[in-house]
Amino acid sequence: MKKCRRCSKPATLHITEIHDSTVQKIHLCEKCASEYLETPDPSIDDEMEALLEEAGLGEEQDELTCPNCGITYREFRKQGRLGCPHDYVVFRERLTPLLENIHESTHHAGKFPKRAPDASQKQYELIKMRNDLRIAVEKEDYEEAAKLRDHIRQLEEQQAT
Amino acid sequence: MGISTVDIETLMQNGCEWLRGTGPDAEIVVSSRIRLARNLAQFPFLSRADDSTKSDLEKLLHNKLLNLSAGPHLNYFDVRSLSNLDRQFLMERQLISKELVEADGARGVAVDSGQSVSVMVNEEDHLRMQVVRSGFSLDECWRDIDQLDDAIEEDVTYAFSEELGYLTACPTNVGTGIRVSVMLHLPALHMTKEIQKVLGALQKISLAVRGLYGEGSSASGQFFQISNQITLGQSEQQIIEKLQEVVPNIINYERRVREALLKDNRAKLHDQISRATGILQKAQTISSEETMDLLSSVRLGVSLGMIDDLDLLSVNELFIHTQPAHLQKIRGETLDSGERNAARAAYLRSRLAEA
Ligand SMILES: [Zn+2]
Ligand SMILES: [Zn+2]
Repeated sequence: MKKCRRCSKPATLHITEIHDSTVQKIHLCEKCASEYLETPDPSIDDEMEALLEEAGLGEEQDELTCPNCGITYREFRKQGRLGCPHDYVVFRERLTPLLENIHESTHHAGKFPKRAPDASQKQYELIKMRNDLRIAVEKEDYEEAAKLRDHIRQLEEQQAT
Repeated sequence: MGISTVDIETLMQNGCEWLRGTGPDAEIVVSSRIRLARNLAQFPFLSRADDSTKSDLEKLLHNKLLNLSAGPHLNYFDVRSLSNLDRQFLMERQLISKELVEADGARGVAVDSGQSVSVMVNEEDHLRMQVVRSGFSLDECWRDIDQLDDAIEEDVTYAFSEELGYLTACPTNVGTGIRVSVMLHLPALHMTKEIQKVLGALQKISLAVRGLYGEGSSASGQFFQISNQITLGQSEQQIIEKLQEVVPNIINYERRVREALLKDNRAKLHDQISRATGILQKAQTISSEETMDLLSSVRLGVSLGMIDDLDLLSVNELFIHTQPAHLQKIRGETLDSGERNAARAAYLRSRLAEA
């Protein structure tokens, strides 16, 4: 039995949506279906899921991992949110068709920050260390955690000046 | 350090920008709104941030927002320490999102005294800033938010790549991180079912339509929020211009249908508006949904000059003051749903008492 895509109860209604030329089946329980029919425009999460499917990015086994924040491509697929700015580099090949699908473009044409973006990947060091710190705390390795905390503070002070 | 002298009660007492009922085309365009999504380069996005990282982020941004070199003075609210009622109140004012209410960990919002500017910290992105104005005023929104963005950026480094622009937690916002939206009141298009044509046409040109309270909310009160979906590959200016091109057509369409209704169905329209007013003046208990629907007719009556002892500001306020959290704040007590329906009716009777 299919599960409701919104609340994962058993789905009792199966709605076929046709947008331009793409056909999408949506499985919903009774409660979510009546809500859905009142407001048929999809929430961002539904939209993301459909877009990911459309872009052929359905590989559930995808273990490509960001070295800085530790997120895997599979986790991104599941939650629809990236883990850190560097993921746009790490998952580049997979994200490009997705961006084309969403935006019909892969190049920024808008505002630039006043500060020149830091081309050296130095800013990402802090993300990696915060991730290491999180893991150390999880493992109850408090010695390592204390070291990392000091190091993070040092780096932050350097970048602030 | 800026000293926060404004509390939630003061916000409640003060009117808010988007309800003013002034500005270009205000009888149809309730408000114009622009938001920008930004993240700091040296932090993970929030999905990978643990509690201590969220706290570090919140402290840094909280401090920053109270010490901006330019722009309005902002008052900061620590959302974690607010009561559920106050959170819901801020949401009804559209100063914070449902996502921020439901998030966990350190988070907050900075709001200016006019309630035109709000900056959410630790929502889906590290920063979600928005500027809202009454009426159809996107240029002014952009001018203000562009300056605010520059002021915040003075000593933080945003996550940005030359190729992809501002990097956001969700790829649907990458590039400009901008959402430009206008909230329209379209009772005549709704009444005549012409609205379906408008919604269909908007989808074809990649504009999204939502209800009064954003994603997933229904178009109750015949309010429709129209916004861009594409954030990459076009400049902020181009995205704003697209809305500035499309929205006047919808405004004119609504106006033409209103004129046709006045010409061909004046008696019926007058009856509907008078009945709506009558129920709101007399009801002993009334749901939020029914209130929104009836107020929508009243708002149309005010716009058409059929009701002359009310102005747009007063009607706009009634829409918000009859929402659950506002109602409970006005009454100064928590109320269950049945009590709210009675309190809502009492409030409406007092505000709409026949002269
Ligand atoms: Zn369901
Ligand atoms: Zn990452």
